[in-house]
Amino acid sequence: MKTEYKIIVDLIEEKTRVLDVGCDDGTLMESLKKDKNVDARGIEISKDKVQTCVSKGLTVIEGNAELDLKQFPNDSFDYVVLGQTLQAFVNPEIVIKELLRVGKKAIITIPNFGHWKVRLNLLIKGTMPITESLPNDWYNTPNIHMCTIKDFVKFSKIINFKIFKSLALTKKNISNIDNSNLFYKNLFAELGIFLIEK
Amino acid sequence: MNIKENIKTLVIKKPLKLDCGKTINNFPLAYETYGSLNKNKDNAILVFHALTGDQFVTGINPVTKKDGWWSYAVGPNKSIDTNKYFVICANVIGGCMGSFGPSHKNPDTNKIYGTDFPVITINDMVNAQVNLLDHFEIKKLFSVVGGSMGGMQVLQFISNYPDKANTVVPIACTSNHSAQNIAFNELGRQAIASDHNWSDGKYLSNNTLPDKGLSVARMAAHITYLSKKGLQEKFGRKLQERDALKFGFDADFQIESYLRYQGSVFVDRFDANSYLYITRAMDYFDLVKQFDGNLSNAFKKTKAKFFVISFTSDWLYPTQENKDIVIALNAIGADVGFVEIKSDKGHDSFLLDVPDFLKTLKNFLDKSYSER
Repeated sequence: MKTEYKIIVDLIEEKTRVLDVGCDDGTLMESLKKDKNVDARGIEISKDKVQTCVSKGLTVIEGNAELDLKQFPNDSFDYVVLGQTLQAFVNPEIVIKELLRVGKKAIITIPNFGHWKVRLNLLIKGTMPITESLPNDWYNTPNIHMCTIKDFVKFSKIINFKIFKSLALTKKNISNIDNSNLFYKNLFAELGIFLIEK
Repeated sequence: MNIKENIKTLVIKKPLKLDCGKTINNFPLAYETYGSLNKNKDNAILVFHALTGDQFVTGINPVTKKDGWWSYAVGPNKSIDTNKYFVICANVIGGCMGSFGPSHKNPDTNKIYGTDFPVITINDMVNAQVNLLDHFEIKKLFSVVGGSMGGMQVLQFISNYPDKANTVVPIACTSNHSAQNIAFNELGRQAIASDHNWSDGKYLSNNTLPDKGLSVARMAAHITYLSKKGLQEKFGRKLQERDALKFGFDADFQIESYLRYQGSVFVDRFDANSYLYITRAMDYFDLVKQFDGNLSNAFKKTKAKFFVISFTSDWLYPTQENKDIVIALNAIGADVGFVEIKSDKGHDSFLLDVPDFLKTLKNFLDKSYSER
């Protein structure tokens, strides 16, 4: 399993209710059910992936987070997970607010656009960066709102949510992000993982 | 519609108070079963049929000699695997395949009911069929499954009997009929009523059949079961056994000939008055209104696991209407999955060979059964 998923599983307490937004093929939901005895639900936009989830016995609805989070009442989940898709939404602010309305807490992971390879790519080549985790060209990328770890931390102050825990993932190494190391983590982390609250 | 020998019938002795206010008792409910009930009696699936279906879900229908209406989905190793599950299906009351309906004789007058038969509702249908559980001594069904009007019965069933099913699968259906749905049904009813042979519903006593009216009703309805794209691809403007237009009103186009055929075979197996009664039941169905405008309340008492399925090209019961059910369930934190299956086959997709649908239905049922 991806290290990212292992970190998310560790962040989630046992026997809670979790909504996985953009649950893909249900890998994370499966391990949450197995390891943490979680009541897991998913939303997924791809029909094929919804069908894969159903074949795994997972409760998933086909839908789009921007349209379909509305139907869930306030605080209906202990956690809402959004893995590496915040940058693909038209309005990330509304999505974060919806996540924190539906869930008591939210776990958001973001591919870090501040990583040195991305910076170097743009600096040297002068074209939009293409990396392993960001393989698309500028004209066909679904990632319309890329941000850096630093941007995300800044965003928490602008739209007013609390970052409860922030972790950086570099290769397979996990480390905490705090004010003192933000500059370095923003340069070297491939992925930022944030546990947030209202 | 003759009652053939190979129709199994349960006589319901318990009085059933209908929504119209009348009470019926000692009435027949025709049913069929497939597979076998296990020792724990926890492998039963109650399948509900759609408007023109009957209890003969799969195999050869002994009355029409054709394949059962859900042969693609029900049978050994199929989506609803009869090697594993005990499948029960009953002909709805108001129907014409052995269950109490307008072609039966009124014991008080010894005359065929016709339109003197009480108006029945989806709620009445479900309340009649729940007696089958007592008959088979089943405390809780593994699943209730149905498409179209069958889906409406699924929703009504779990709302009336929240503890009587573990899983609930409404397919291509709605929680209430739209104006467009009612309009199409009214078109069918008026086609029947304007056939001179209908004789205000007394045709069986007069030995005449409103075949023309019923066949036009079926033709109109059949169009609503298909998609524009599906029709275009299958028929387009192709001509029927001719090279050029004949400048007349014969069936020049293949689609005309196809619809006429669909109408003509339908009258051999269906009763016109039953068509009136069942379409009325569908039009009257409004689970939202039953729960004072809040559909969620229909499902508040159940802990069942729901799986809602719709089809991209279904314009009779479009995805949004199916999704409204999902939204109502999510609003109360119910366990609900949902998928819209891609298909060009329109509303009829659930009855046809649509592999994604058949696979998804099987996966949901089998996985839920193994985790129950």
